[in-house]
Amino acid sequence: MAPTPKILIKNAGSITVLELLDEEILDEATINNISDSLLSLIHERPQIHLVVSFVRVKHLSSMALGMLIRLNKKIEEGKGTLKLCDIKPSLQEIFHITKLDKLFEIYVTCEMALNSYAV
Amino acid sequence: MIMNGASFQTVQINSDFHLAKEVEDQIISAAQTSGYDEDVIFALRLSVEEALSNAIRHGNAYDVKKKVHVRYSVSPDRIDVYVSDEGRGFDPGGVPDPTAPENLENPSGRGIMLMRAYMNQVEFNDAGNEVHLVKLNQAS
Repeated sequence: MAPTPKILIKNAGSITVLELLDEEILDEATINNISDSLLSLIHERPQIHLVVSFVRVKHLSSMALGMLIRLNKKIEEGKGTLKLCDIKPSLQEIFHITKLDKLFEIYVTCEMALNSYAV
Repeated sequence: MIMNGASFQTVQINSDFHLAKEVEDQIISAAQTSGYDEDVIFALRLSVEEALSNAIRHGNAYDVKKKVHVRYSVSPDRIDVYVSDEGRGFDPGGVPDPTAPENLENPSGRGIMLMRAYMNQVEFNDAGNEVHLVKLNQAS
């Protein structure tokens, strides 16, 4: 049986805030587990407005980036939005090196990500 | 095993991510014990993870019977990690640039780039089934 994914989902009005609870999102099992939960969330709400908090995440792998790219595509197909927030500077560097900071909407804090919907 | 004057640890595992994690932890622990700083540990964890993941996924194609071979050495001035698999190898020069606009939405192909960004040296053997990672202790 697959372990329970370590995520926390909160609803802030029409926006879903998802906090990743794993400090390390590196290996395939962890990533597939998170991905399955996110895909079922998108399946339930195709036009989801999703804010993903990385506040607890200390390590990310290229496979985790791939998961985020797939997720972003899926959300865009459903005319929803994906915003990332609270990413530690060491991980921001990974997004910068891979130029994925140009692909994703990244906010310093989740509050800023939520406020961006009000504009 | 002694190579280039450094003492190498050798580990051989089946293509299993849990076993790979144990090897990764072993290398990280050796680097921490030797006093390497957090930045080096971050870079090492990321790069070793990418190398082991590539070996299992792309090299050994998830075949648990195929082995991943790891040799590593942690000395005060440098860390060397060799990861090899039993696959057919690949041409690292043939991997498209993942930062090119046309590849930005491709979900794979960033592992080698990250290793090159975070290590001082990343070299593949001619067959393309072994990678040698080097991290220098620039604080020493």
